[in-house]
Amino acid sequence: MKAFLILEDGNVFMGKSIGSTREIISEIVFNTSMTGYLEILTDPSYAGQSVVMTYPLIGNYGICYEDMESTKPWVGGYIVKELARHPSNFRSESSIEEFLKEKDIPGIAGIDTRALTKILREKGTMNGMITINGNFNLQEVVEKLKNHHSTNTVNLVTCKEKKTILSEDYKLTEAEKARRGLKVHPYKTGKFKTALLDLGSKNNIAACLLKRGCDVTVYPAFTKAEEIIGDSPDGIMLSNGPGDPKEYADIIKEVKKLYDSNIPIFAICLGHQLMALANGGNTRKMKYGHRGANHPVKDLKTGRVYISTQNHGYVVEDISDSIAEPSFINANDRTIEGLHYLGRNIITVQFHPEACSGPQDTEFLFNEFMQMMEVSK
Amino acid sequence: MPKIDNIKKVLVIGSGPIVIGQAAEFDYAGTQACRSLKEEGIKVVLVNSNPATIMTDKDIADAVYIEPLTPELVKKIILKEKPDSVLPTLGGQAALNIAMELEESGFLKENEISLIGTTAETIKKAEDRQEFKNTMEKIGEPCAPSTVVNTVKEAKAFADKIGYPVVVRPAYTLGGSGGGIADNEEQLADICSNGLRLSRVGQCLIERSIAGWKEIEYEVMRDSQGNCIIVCNMENLDPVGIHTGDSIVVAPSQTLSDKEYQMLRTSAMNIITELNITGGCNVQYALNPNTFEYCVIEVNPRVSRSSALASKATGYPIAKVAAKIALGYNLDEIKNAVTGKTYASFEPALDYVVVKIPKWPFDKFIMAKRALTTQMKATGEVMSICTNFEGALMKAIRSLEQNIYSFRHGNYEVFTREEIREKLHIIDDRRIFVIAEAIRRGISLKEIHSITKVDIWFLDKISYLLEIESDLKQKPLTRELLLEAKRLEYPDRVIAELSGKSLEEVKKLRKEEYKIIPSFKMVDTCAGEFEAATPYYYSCYESENEGAAINNKKKILVLGSGPIRIGQGIEFDYCSVHSVWALRKSGYETIIVNNNPETVSTDFDIADKLYFEPLTPEDVEHIVDLEQPEGAVVQFGGQTAIKLTEALLKMGVKILGTSAENVDAAEDRELFDAILEKCRIPRPAGRTVFTAEEAVIAANELGYPVLVRPSYVLGGQGMQIAISDEGIREFMSIINLNVQEHPILVDKYLMGKEVEVDAVCDGEDILIPGIMEHVERAGVHSGDSISVYPVQSISHETEEIIVDYTRKLARSLQVIGLINIQFIVSDNQVYVIEVNPRSSRTVPYISKVTGIPIVELASKVILGAKLSDLGYGTGIAPKADYIAVKMPVFSFEKLRGADISLGPEMKSTGECLGIAKTFNEALYKAFLGAGINLPKNKKMIITVKDGDKQEAVTVGRRFQALGYEIYGTRNTAKVLNENGVEAIPVHKVDEEAPTILDLILSHEIDLVIDTPTQGRDKTRDGFLIRRTSIETGVTCLTSLDTANALLTSLENADKDHITLVDITKI
Repeated sequence: MKAFLILEDGNVFMGKSIGSTREIISEIVFNTSMTGYLEILTDPSYAGQSVVMTYPLIGNYGICYEDMESTKPWVGGYIVKELARHPSNFRSESSIEEFLKEKDIPGIAGIDTRALTKILREKGTMNGMITINGNFNLQEVVEKLKNHHSTNTVNLVTCKEKKTILSEDYKLTEAEKARRGLKVHPYKTGKFKTALLDLGSKNNIAACLLKRGCDVTVYPAFTKAEEIIGDSPDGIMLSNGPGDPKEYADIIKEVKKLYDSNIPIFAICLGHQLMALANGGNTRKMKYGHRGANHPVKDLKTGRVYISTQNHGYVVEDISDSIAEPSFINANDRTIEGLHYLGRNIITVQFHPEACSGPQDTEFLFNEFMQMMEVSK
Repeated sequence: MPKIDNIKKVLVIGSGPIVIGQAAEFDYAGTQACRSLKEEGIKVVLVNSNPATIMTDKDIADAVYIEPLTPELVKKIILKEKPDSVLPTLGGQAALNIAMELEESGFLKENEISLIGTTAETIKKAEDRQEFKNTMEKIGEPCAPSTVVNTVKEAKAFADKIGYPVVVRPAYTLGGSGGGIADNEEQLADICSNGLRLSRVGQCLIERSIAGWKEIEYEVMRDSQGNCIIVCNMENLDPVGIHTGDSIVVAPSQTLSDKEYQMLRTSAMNIITELNITGGCNVQYALNPNTFEYCVIEVNPRVSRSSALASKATGYPIAKVAAKIALGYNLDEIKNAVTGKTYASFEPALDYVVVKIPKWPFDKFIMAKRALTTQMKATGEVMSICTNFEGALMKAIRSLEQNIYSFRHGNYEVFTREEIREKLHIIDDRRIFVIAEAIRRGISLKEIHSITKVDIWFLDKISYLLEIESDLKQKPLTRELLLEAKRLEYPDRVIAELSGKSLEEVKKLRKEEYKIIPSFKMVDTCAGEFEAATPYYYSCYESENEGAAINNKKKILVLGSGPIRIGQGIEFDYCSVHSVWALRKSGYETIIVNNNPETVSTDFDIADKLYFEPLTPEDVEHIVDLEQPEGAVVQFGGQTAIKLTEALLKMGVKILGTSAENVDAAEDRELFDAILEKCRIPRPAGRTVFTAEEAVIAANELGYPVLVRPSYVLGGQGMQIAISDEGIREFMSIINLNVQEHPILVDKYLMGKEVEVDAVCDGEDILIPGIMEHVERAGVHSGDSISVYPVQSISHETEEIIVDYTRKLARSLQVIGLINIQFIVSDNQVYVIEVNPRSSRTVPYISKVTGIPIVELASKVILGAKLSDLGYGTGIAPKADYIAVKMPVFSFEKLRGADISLGPEMKSTGECLGIAKTFNEALYKAFLGAGINLPKNKKMIITVKDGDKQEAVTVGRRFQALGYEIYGTRNTAKVLNENGVEAIPVHKVDEEAPTILDLILSHEIDLVIDTPTQGRDKTRDGFLIRRTSIETGVTCLTSLDTANALLTSLENADKDHITLVDITKI
């Protein structure tokens, strides 16, 4: 069945419908990762966005359910060059095609994804519609696309109830067991109590804490700071999540209280942005963002460059150097990738040290977080 | 850290002659590195014995030594040039070994020279089997369990412990000979006892076999600060068991989930960090396809063949970055030359698929075993790029120039389904075609997988190609079907064959009616995320075309020479690159088309535009349609480019230089004879024939011996000397195994001196840089002969005749550009035996020794310049002050079953040069460079055919005078003894032990001289003797001319007074 991708700038791509045949309007972003499509599909930060995979062959190793980063895919739509018809991997239980159908995610395959990527690169991220209806009125659709905004996506992705996961119950996956050289401090289980504010958290954030011996209590995004502080955690983790950080004034207010609590905080991605906004910093929308598994970030303390996974369309700027100092910058465009809050036990990063998908180079930051908790305990 | 201040002058060590396993990739790496160093204002001293390389050009380094790569000579160069540092990581294993010797002997320390790029400690840790194992154990990285044994009993005990199958690797045998995989105790006893016998130290390594696991490679870069990135990972289609150089490789990996990808990525980074490698490094893994279990197979602490592939596959210039790291720079201080915006500290993201297929020499060595094992056999490789795997695979297959354009190959229809199933067990170069046939016969992918262990993902892709093949055969050629076939890179000619249409019909339908034309995409390292500045393109069938760039310069298309193979080696890449440089200098926009990832020509900053594409008429036409070049240059890219001439003319592209008709005239027997007659130049009498019977008649008319060969071939392929009707019939049947479009030539074989000339002609004047003479008499292919410049044994009058003939021929053929002519001087008569109006194998070396930039002059002439205006004169150039001896180098030890005897068919894979003021010294250096450095035990064997026995006496006498103990087979020994040369008779192969083979295997013999009976050697004795010598590492010569040259070198060598020649000063 034919499918169409109509862009806000009037460009139309014709391809083949994959997954659900539902019509979808969303922001269109591209991701340059060559592996990890399932992790990307199920990363809640993509809520409200359709993702173009720049790597042309997607679905080669099928669906390994244990690799999902949340309970379901969050992308609005999925845009690929080619889906594997015969996935192959010893863990594979299904195919992307089936998965998209089962989860009602619409998509389009067989289009010139590089041409599309270049449009997004040149003109910046824009809205688009995936539809199987070929009788569209381009002008009307473009008008509709221009007026489309998805708001408060965190609402959509955050958990509904607080829940606690004990580290003693955590079982390493086969993949984790096979990894060598993972320098996890051998804390005994239950050593720390951590609070995880779920703004759309990827599973592996909790996993990184659990395997280090932290019990994790996950809080819905709109939990009051008082409640979290009242539970007296050893450390607080602010997760990744979707959307424009400035939309979340309510959460920012609570984050400010957490800032003032003196409890060690480690924040990732949206969490990092909200912490900056809570402290007088600014965020700006980037032209086409950073999405992929090959972004170099430079640790300003050591001068070391690490390759990181990234997924963000907004970036922090203009934060007073009396409040926070950059700890990491992007080695390519020099944007802020991490902040260290002066006089506080707070580190925040724009990239994803929990990886999944992507390089595990910066997972050591979780060890730093452990140390912060250890010291302040 | 920024650049280290005290590095001012660096010695770069090259990799020496091209042999299987160490090929053009190191010219690419070395050239890029030298340019990268010079960019930083560093003085570069280069040593490499291989004259066919671009890195040994005088403008690549500040001082260039084409000298044998021995520690002694490198020391001498160091003492003379006084560099402060040595960079050994870009010249393959050869360079690394020399650096280690210099370090371990304390020489570097004594002279206060530092090794840059990597430390000796690191090299040791990575290269020494035991140290490597210990290091891996320390950081918890798994290796396959292994142990060293001295007896079969020990081997069995270890195998019982770790379980079968096990791999047996004899210690210190060349080319892995004597090794193998044992599935049970019986096989182990067999392989191991043989291996222990072959090993010089009587040891074998027994290792757990991980054959059948996925083979995965990571290319890693690390700087001295510890920053570490992965340039690329690659997956072998062929599972573990086949050397990665012999495997079909795809980049990036296709069947690994992110979990597996990251597990191995992290492991690679741990390893490179623990080994403290700075620069490029390659880590190979075996990954269990059914679990997360993996083993580290090997680490190369240097730039390798895989890194050349990774560089071309991603656009990331590994060698350039490695050189900068060696100077102290960090990855985030080195600009990414492709984007010009980002830095080297990132990981390339691909938005396409890359496939590499090796090029094997089995068409040359029809007797060689085609089985693929852990010993590499390929001489070269092709790479292709497409947005889908099927397309990349199809492009790579046709890039191999084997007349194969799809999976319809190999006459498998004569086999039953059962036979095909059986054939799946055979692991050789044809396996992928057998797999295709098995799929056609309905053998399930699951079953094929269980036999071959090739991942089902790959099998399904082949299966899909075959579904389209069947659709093309059976269904109407709709736009949809044709587009799908093109998307999968089915060439028009195959579509035509399958659909029963003519090529013209298909082309017309595609282009005019359906409007299906390819678009070109850029290789930009970043999957489109950043704007890229490098014009490096590949074709695919997508909507947007990025290839067409507008500028007002006139464009010239330069066609490259494809994969490195015997007969068409790196020399032609040298010529293509120099042509591009000369054309660029003359103000043209240059466009290069090539598909060889190992070469300098496919580096993204050589030509103005690089199209990484197959060199077939259709693929080239797509580029021509888009670029509309002013003309094309075909004379520098070997036979590959020449073959495209006709197609280019049909496309309306002007051939710059010698016209196509005149190229034809040189190849066409009748036309050529007419020209010779007109110029009154004699040639050996000959006939053209088609059938074996015609050949026999012709041979009898001419009188034996005769030369039999197909026309339009490379490197004397299929050429044989026949001495009887029987021989003729045999050779004709071999030649006619492939359908011959052109007649077969039967020529009178003249015994004489072979002389060779390269010349530039502008249609009027010629310039001959020099005349070369071959040491081996006619009958040995020119590429396998020792070639000497200037001529040593030719009279002045004869030289003048040669110059005269060259001028006449060049003018008659209206040569514009290069011409190569081979003569035979027999009884003071000069005969022409071959004329090639194009660049030749000898061009690079003769350019270097004479200082005349032949390719540059030829390129200018092609553009219309006159030789008289170019400043190098006309006629024959004055002889240089130096004598150069070009020595062929062979890779026989890697090709089991290949006959090593020299003949009219070329067999060498590379060459080295000896250059000096005197002939004797040049000859000595040439032998030394080729690795022939006798004596150790001063014991030798002589066994020659009857016709050579008298000559062998002289040879024997000279060796005896040098103190050699001579052994001989019964008849040879008898003749020697009768003539006063003491020789100990030894038993023949089939006589009672100890036989001649036992003697060779005793590791006490330095040299074997075995001249084979003429014609194809039917007696297995000679063959066995030669093979056993090669596999035991004993030098074996098959021509008495070579033996005499070696004697001259040994008799006159003054090892203590070797002089050095800096060719930039010539």
